[in-house]
Amino acid sequence: MEQILANGVYLGSQYAMIALGLTLIFALMNVLNFAHGQMYVIGGFVTYTFYGQWGVPFVLALVMSCVTLAILGALIEKFLFSPVIKGSAREESTMLLAAGIAFFLDAVILLVFGEKQRGVPKIVDGVFNYDFRLIMPYDRILICVLAILSIVAFIGLMQYTKTGRALRALAQDRTAAQLMGVNVDRYSMIGFALGAMLAGLVGGLLVTITGVNLGMGGPTSIKAFMMVMIGGAGVISGAIWGGIILGFMEAIGLAVLYQYGDITYLLIFVSLMIFLAIRPQGLMGKPWG
Amino acid sequence: MQRRLLMKAALTAATMTALGATAAFAENPTLKIGFVGVTSGPAAAWGISNQRSMEARAAWINETGGYTIGDTTYDIEIVSFDDQKDPKRAIAGMEKMAQEGIHYVVGPNVDDGAAAVRPVAESNGIMYFPYAFPKSLYQAPASNAVLGMVANYQSGPAIYKYMMENKGVKTVAFIAANESDPLSQRDGGVAAATALGMEVVSNNVTYQVDTTDFTPVLTPVIRAQPDLLVLSGVSPANAPQLIRSARELGFQGLISTETAQDAGVLAEGAGDLANGFISVGGASTPELASPMMNEFVQRYTDMFGEYNDESNTKVYALEYILETLKADPSAITDVVAFQTTMDTFEAPNPYMNGDAKLRYVGMTSFGQRRQVAVPLVVNVYQNGAFETLFVAEVD
Repeated sequence: MEQILANGVYLGSQYAMIALGLTLIFALMNVLNFAHGQMYVIGGFVTYTFYGQWGVPFVLALVMSCVTLAILGALIEKFLFSPVIKGSAREESTMLLAAGIAFFLDAVILLVFGEKQRGVPKIVDGVFNYDFRLIMPYDRILICVLAILSIVAFIGLMQYTKTGRALRALAQDRTAAQLMGVNVDRYSMIGFALGAMLAGLVGGLLVTITGVNLGMGGPTSIKAFMMVMIGGAGVISGAIWGGIILGFMEAIGLAVLYQYGDITYLLIFVSLMIFLAIRPQGLMGKPWG
Repeated sequence: MQRRLLMKAALTAATMTALGATAAFAENPTLKIGFVGVTSGPAAAWGISNQRSMEARAAWINETGGYTIGDTTYDIEIVSFDDQKDPKRAIAGMEKMAQEGIHYVVGPNVDDGAAAVRPVAESNGIMYFPYAFPKSLYQAPASNAVLGMVANYQSGPAIYKYMMENKGVKTVAFIAANESDPLSQRDGGVAAATALGMEVVSNNVTYQVDTTDFTPVLTPVIRAQPDLLVLSGVSPANAPQLIRSARELGFQGLISTETAQDAGVLAEGAGDLANGFISVGGASTPELASPMMNEFVQRYTDMFGEYNDESNTKVYALEYILETLKADPSAITDVVAFQTTMDTFEAPNPYMNGDAKLRYVGMTSFGQRRQVAVPLVVNVYQNGAFETLFVAEVD
């Protein structure tokens, strides 16, 4: 039981971080960013290159992942999403653009970083072992703590800074925010950059545990969408709860249902379908959007 | 005016250079050999070692004047297609080969892809060399597939027997990804282990193909405390993560797989935790390797900056195709002639020391000669490189 709880907390915290960036972008711009998983992968590869290849300290490599993805996100918003949003009232235009960016980034990742699985040296050695009832490597504990701290820092940024207040205003009502003097273009770009930066941060953190490869982008996006749908699209707290719930469902399913084969995700998807049929706006979303 | 003159001169020079290049390449006719396999995603290392082996060998042949079949000397051109481990794309790839008039294709790398391309290959007169294990591909009435390596139901029993006799292994657990190749390899492994008298303590734990964190998946398997943990059909991307999680969960026993792995990926992903990991290696060892194999390794490394031990196996398919065509030049466009030649074909094995032969085997497993004969080399990973554990032969 202790192991299931620990696995749930660990998976939940990393999933919540993955979902945060996605839901932030959706809240600000009503854009389903299908390229979120690819941004996560790029974050992992940047940390791999700096930390694993060039021997730069891990924290600095992590900062480089964040900066790279923030710049990439800002450029994508300014030169791709912003013109499309202004020029087309149809939501599917941004969805197609996001899908196109995902394919493009996959191709870029293949060209720049190659097709192989990559990994980096452990940042902390050793394993916490409580009488074989609870086993958790120290690096996972550290990553879990860093993920939780990052989530807390993000919430703090959104709640207590001028930028955070502007972003929240933008998410609540774009027109009203503009009328109140919020520079919509600027804060849309900042918000997208922040969302992409979160993807880069979690990619950089998790490369120390899971490694990284080209094929991880798509499945990561799918999981992120599941978490956002569970919690409620565009709601920050919803994304966090969605991540935690998915993490615990996975940890419990894998521990309890293993005798029956790989049915954990089957049950998760069935549960999600039933849940959305009953509450389509998710746990914390509003029925009117 | 001057600028226009300059552009004309540049255009003329470029055209002449292109024509010159074409003329240089046109000295020998080209023989196209196809490759359809996975060169992206978690299993990319399998297909890339195929493609690079073929490209390195073809470049070597072309550099030394081409390959003579009958009265004609050909330059070899490798036409590649990444099927992304998707059967639908594998079919598209094989159709592309048919459209290009190619009769000999290496790949696909996995079971479902190899099964999917069978109708396309058989209806278009294409012989293909998959690295996939379903027996139905190689048993009559199937005719056009030739297994390019040693199958898991051939290597598994050899590995388990070695473990029992030399490492005192009595209990075994299996874990596999939830897709066709790993599941069928797991079932084959369970049958082989049971037949040898081992106790199978866990064989129903599977994981999603896109799993990145294996600790929750492995926890119940490790609780069963097997002497040997078999990672059935594990891809090179997943192997280091599984090994790392198993060791971090306190597993002290042996870990093995019947698939080929990449030492560099293991070193990066699992480091010293991968020491002792047993896998099927490329079909060569320092003792077995001939000077030609050593030169191939050098050329491959020069061309691509790194070498994959599995290419010791993957180098063979192209050699078998070319040598068989040399034995019967009419087979260049007639795969039935190729199939007839396979039954009696024998040629010196240029990649092995001694009097080893290239020949088609498979009578025991498939009832017809639909497998290339390569040595079964079982490796153990130690400190960033593979060491040979034992070598065996299969028919």
